Amino acid sequence: MEWLQQLVNGISLGSIYALIALGYTMVYGIIKLINFAHGDVFMLGAFIGFYAIARWDIGFIPALIISMLLCAIIGVIIERVAYKRLRNATRIAALITAIGVSLLIEYTVIFFRGASPEAYPEVMANKSISIFGASISSQSIMILAVTIVLMILLQFIVHKTKIGKAMRAVSHDADAARLMGINVDNTISATFAIGSALAGAAGVIFGIYYTRIDPLMGVLPGLKAFVAAVLGGIGSIPGAMVGGLVLGVVETIVSAIGYSLWRDAAAFVILILILILKPSGIFGKNAREKV
Amino acid sequence: MKKSKAFWGFLVLALVIYAVVQGMISGGMLDLYYQNILIQMCINIMLAVSLHIVIGITGQFSIGHAGFMAVGAYISAIATMKLGLPLIVAILLGAVISALAGLLVGIPTLRLKGDYLAIATLGFAEIIRIIFLNVEYVGGAAGMVVTNMTTWTYAFVGVVITILVIANFTNSRHGRGCISIREDEIAADAMGINTTYYKVVAFTIGSFFAGIAGAIYAHNFFIIQPTTFNFLKSFDILIYVVLGGLGSLSGSAIAAIFLTLVSAYLANFPETRMIIYSVVLIIVMLYRPTGLMGTKEITSLFKFGKKGGSKV
Repeated sequence: MEWLQQLVNGISLGSIYALIALGYTMVYGIIKLINFAHGDVFMLGAFIGFYAIARWDIGFIPALIISMLLCAIIGVIIERVAYKRLRNATRIAALITAIGVSLLIEYTVIFFRGASPEAYPEVMANKSISIFGASISSQSIMILAVTIVLMILLQFIVHKTKIGKAMRAVSHDADAARLMGINVDNTISATFAIGSALAGAAGVIFGIYYTRIDPLMGVLPGLKAFVAAVLGGIGSIPGAMVGGLVLGVVETIVSAIGYSLWRDAAAFVILILILILKPSGIFGKNAREKV
Repeated sequence: MKKSKAFWGFLVLALVIYAVVQGMISGGMLDLYYQNILIQMCINIMLAVSLHIVIGITGQFSIGHAGFMAVGAYISAIATMKLGLPLIVAILLGAVISALAGLLVGIPTLRLKGDYLAIATLGFAEIIRIIFLNVEYVGGAAGMVVTNMTTWTYAFVGVVITILVIANFTNSRHGRGCISIREDEIAADAMGINTTYYKVVAFTIGSFFAGIAGAIYAHNFFIIQPTTFNFLKSFDILIYVVLGGLGSLSGSAIAAIFLTLVSAYLANFPETRMIIYSVVLIIVMLYRPTGLMGTKEITSLFKFGKKGGSKV
């Protein structure tokens, strides 16, 4: 039953990756930009949740909502200030700006509160339930529940609402969408808001699950979530979910068989294999390059 | 004739700079702190110029340059510390192995484009770092103790060779091939240029010189650790190239000199340094996406002056 246990751990980790990866994949799908600052929005979400729970003494669900709202606002500000001017710039310029924004967020946080880590407060009693001999903590169940709720919500927004329809239209063809009377700028901002809100939620969940947060914590999960997005097929929402879960489970298995120091390398090996063998990812469409 | 004039001019200038600085060191005018800054500057110039050939000349966006620097650093450290080879052999060995690593990484990844290439190189650099982290032979996470052997002479000769080789490469037939890939890969392909070959060549040369820089770096401090070569180091190198001008060798060298001074000045305020770096990076990208010098070289400024003079 060791394996079932590891599988549960892997799915918990994978759900966090999946939530971050959704933001990457939505933003990439709509403006073809790898938003390097996304991992740092995740970090900000964790800190907002921390201050909300530890200082203002509010419960888990309100803290989660506050964190998501503030992250959505931060995401829109980043988009409006830094990325909006770069719509027609070269890909390299956009990518470097994204790296710049990422460094700026990290070191501004360090500048104001120092680089020391923070211990997340306990928000729920850590009971374990034993199923088939594997003990599953209530936190794992909470992570899974929050992730599933958020993903159903996201599916609803993307497929059933007007803004979701606009998002799909813009990611399909921005110029044609503009001709059809869709406000492309607002749609892109909405995409950033939703993606950043999901990252904020992932931040709070990460803090509760791993209990340790620091200003540079967003870098590695951010990169791995990007790997998850590529694995699932960048631009595809179900792809990001599946990619995140697969990556989480693979990482946990690599740790479980005794190579925990190689865990981080596993993600990058997956990335390189998928880029070389099937760059469009599991769910991606094969795009042909036009001259 | 014209080209050889520039070549000899550069060599004479290099000799003069070398003689002046060496004179100041021998005369005791520069203490160890300033010597260290000068060596650091040389290392950064080498790194910037070796990344310039990949990003600036060939237009391939690599953000994993610190990985090759790590290969050069560790291989040369093994050569001197464990095998007892002389430093010069160690530097060459480090550079050659680093070039081989570049070749191995380059062949599969350079088929990718743009963002995907950037992420793949970043991934490879992280894998290289994690390998060194896990090999007990080189000390694992604690790092490896290396004797301080680098002198100003080694560092400066390294810079001169790096700049000469890369400048000559850029002006050669191969360099023009690489520039054509930067300008338009599909058109270059259609003109019969073997784009994969030139991309891999540029990448390998870039990693060779990154290996030299890494070897000199390894012997400048007393310890090398895997965390030194993480992606923040890669971003540092990237910032030199981008700020100096994508496609300008002198621009990236000048940016490397300038930013080394800035970071030495702000050594006690690392956060402030990174905030300034990132703000400058964002502003440059928003208002001048080609970098400060664009694709111009510093020598072209003088040429412009000469032209104006001859008219009068």
